[in-house]
Amino acid sequence: MSNNEKGTDLEPRSSGADVDQAGAAGPERFDNPGLPTHRDRATDRDPAAARRAERTVIVLFALSVLGTIGTVVAYIMVPTGESVENMRLSNLLLGLGLFLSMFGIGAAAVHWAKTLMSDHEQAEDRHPQRGDAETRQAAIAALGAGAEDSGIGRRGVLKGAVVSAVALAPLSVAVPLVGELGGDWNVSKFRHTLWERGRRLTRDPSGDPIRAADVTIGSVFHVIPEGLREGDHADHWIEEKAKAVVLMVRLDPADLTEAEDRRDWSYEGIVAYSKICTHVGCPVALYEQQTHHLLCPCHQSTFDISDGAKVVFGPAKRALPQLPITVDDEGYLVAQDDFNEPIGPSYWERLK
Amino acid sequence: MKAIAARRHHRHAPMVLLLLALLMTGGLYAAFAPSAVSAAAPSEDDIAAGRALFIANCATCHGPSAEGRDDVPSLIGVGAASVDFQVGTGRMPMQMDGPQAAAKPPQFDQEQINQLAAYVASLGPGPAVPSAQQVDPALGDAANGGALFRTNCAMCHGAIGAGGALTEGKWAPSLADSTPTQVYTAMVTGPQSMPVFNDANLTPDEKRDIIAFLEEQHRGSPGGITLGSLGPVGEGVWVWIVGMGLLIGASVWIGAKSS
Repeated sequence: MSNNEKGTDLEPRSSGADVDQAGAAGPERFDNPGLPTHRDRATDRDPAAARRAERTVIVLFALSVLGTIGTVVAYIMVPTGESVENMRLSNLLLGLGLFLSMFGIGAAAVHWAKTLMSDHEQAEDRHPQRGDAETRQAAIAALGAGAEDSGIGRRGVLKGAVVSAVALAPLSVAVPLVGELGGDWNVSKFRHTLWERGRRLTRDPSGDPIRAADVTIGSVFHVIPEGLREGDHADHWIEEKAKAVVLMVRLDPADLTEAEDRRDWSYEGIVAYSKICTHVGCPVALYEQQTHHLLCPCHQSTFDISDGAKVVFGPAKRALPQLPITVDDEGYLVAQDDFNEPIGPSYWERLK
Repeated sequence: MKAIAARRHHRHAPMVLLLLALLMTGGLYAAFAPSAVSAAAPSEDDIAAGRALFIANCATCHGPSAEGRDDVPSLIGVGAASVDFQVGTGRMPMQMDGPQAAAKPPQFDQEQINQLAAYVASLGPGPAVPSAQQVDPALGDAANGGALFRTNCAMCHGAIGAGGALTEGKWAPSLADSTPTQVYTAMVTGPQSMPVFNDANLTPDEKRDIIAFLEEQHRGSPGGITLGSLGPVGEGVWVWIVGMGLLIGASVWIGAKSS
């Protein structure tokens, strides 16, 4: 690409050490360097090359036609069916056919434009946008006549009416829109879960209650409260589940370090913690039974289950809330109470 | 028959009938009850051969009577299932110290593994190797297995068992090449970082459902290339590097002048 002929006067200024000096003594206005010299393409010089390019374009269009036919044939001949193999084959053929039919047209059009259509540079000067004085005068006169004709200057009440109607009309859309934002502003719900005194711990997803004797050392239970889908909350049980899920493990009591005030929150080495990460609320459930570490898959926060689920690594800044548990008369594990703090990540009203 | 018919009012008849009924119930139970131990009960010879193998290959770390020591677990009470998993997947004998014992080609044939398992099982009661019926994916409910897998397994092993990373160099292995028996024995024994899923947590039927779900994954993905089934990270990398690369390449081609 050589525009040296026209660009020569720019060259000394853009080169090297005397930039400062050149900047100080720069011209008032740069000259228009004009277009670079036109260079013929192979297809302009050689008719054989032009024919080749034409054939390429034709082949690409033909490929698109084949792709379209292939898509239709695949749609009819290869139904998605029931089996995985069938679905995969159908998806593959439909995708390939669609790709060929679209890409063929696109590539052919681009190649056609690049090789065969004229590539001579053309410049069109911009028209002046300002109309001449006479036209402007006439336009203003026409607008004035229209305003005069409508009587808006004289009829004050009419003006008020039209302004109020137009200004108020958007409210019919805006009020319902804003009114439906959020919907539920009862933030105190985040403070409480379904857990309450005496509610049994049950297995997720079956809902079978768990005996303390079933929880052997090293096992991990994914726990939901009993009666999750019954009662007042049946319609939004999934939100209640999201707040109430608990991970329960049994450790050798010798491995367990417990705070003085939580000594009766566990049951013979069985501890239960909220499964919702205190960082941003992912379910923390990657439990390594040898290290007693619980890892959050989202941001690698790691909690030590043997020591109050305190944070040992990662961005979480609070320990997982512990669910105080005990057993009922029949030997099933039950909650002593709700969590003593809101589960999950921090939020403004939590004030902590 | 006439002799029996004539004595049917004999005062001992109810007793005889009751005995016969009890015998039949017991016999039927013995014949059909699911047995926890694998088909052939190990003989004394198996245990002796297993002990010899143990002394030669395992006792260096686990101790001459499998009692373990610092950082090496005792094998008393781990059961035949644990041996079948650890030795059958080549994790034991352990190749080198590291964050985690890696799977490798098994060092023993199945007969030797059974002998080792018989010896370790003889040291104390523990989970047995499941029967063929207990791990038959055809008898499981893959849909229920999927729900159980998502709750209990997917956080470490990934949504379809492709595996994933844990902390400090440990990882949850891919389950793509695990046999149904290995999946079962891993659940009942909880090898290495994996927690135990005993029969009260996941019943034997539920374990079989999970095996059926994993077996379904062997049929591949209906969508084509799985990109390792690692989830949004792997797929995102693919889209950013390959997808964006192709788009940039196409833009450069469209913008370049024809020669």
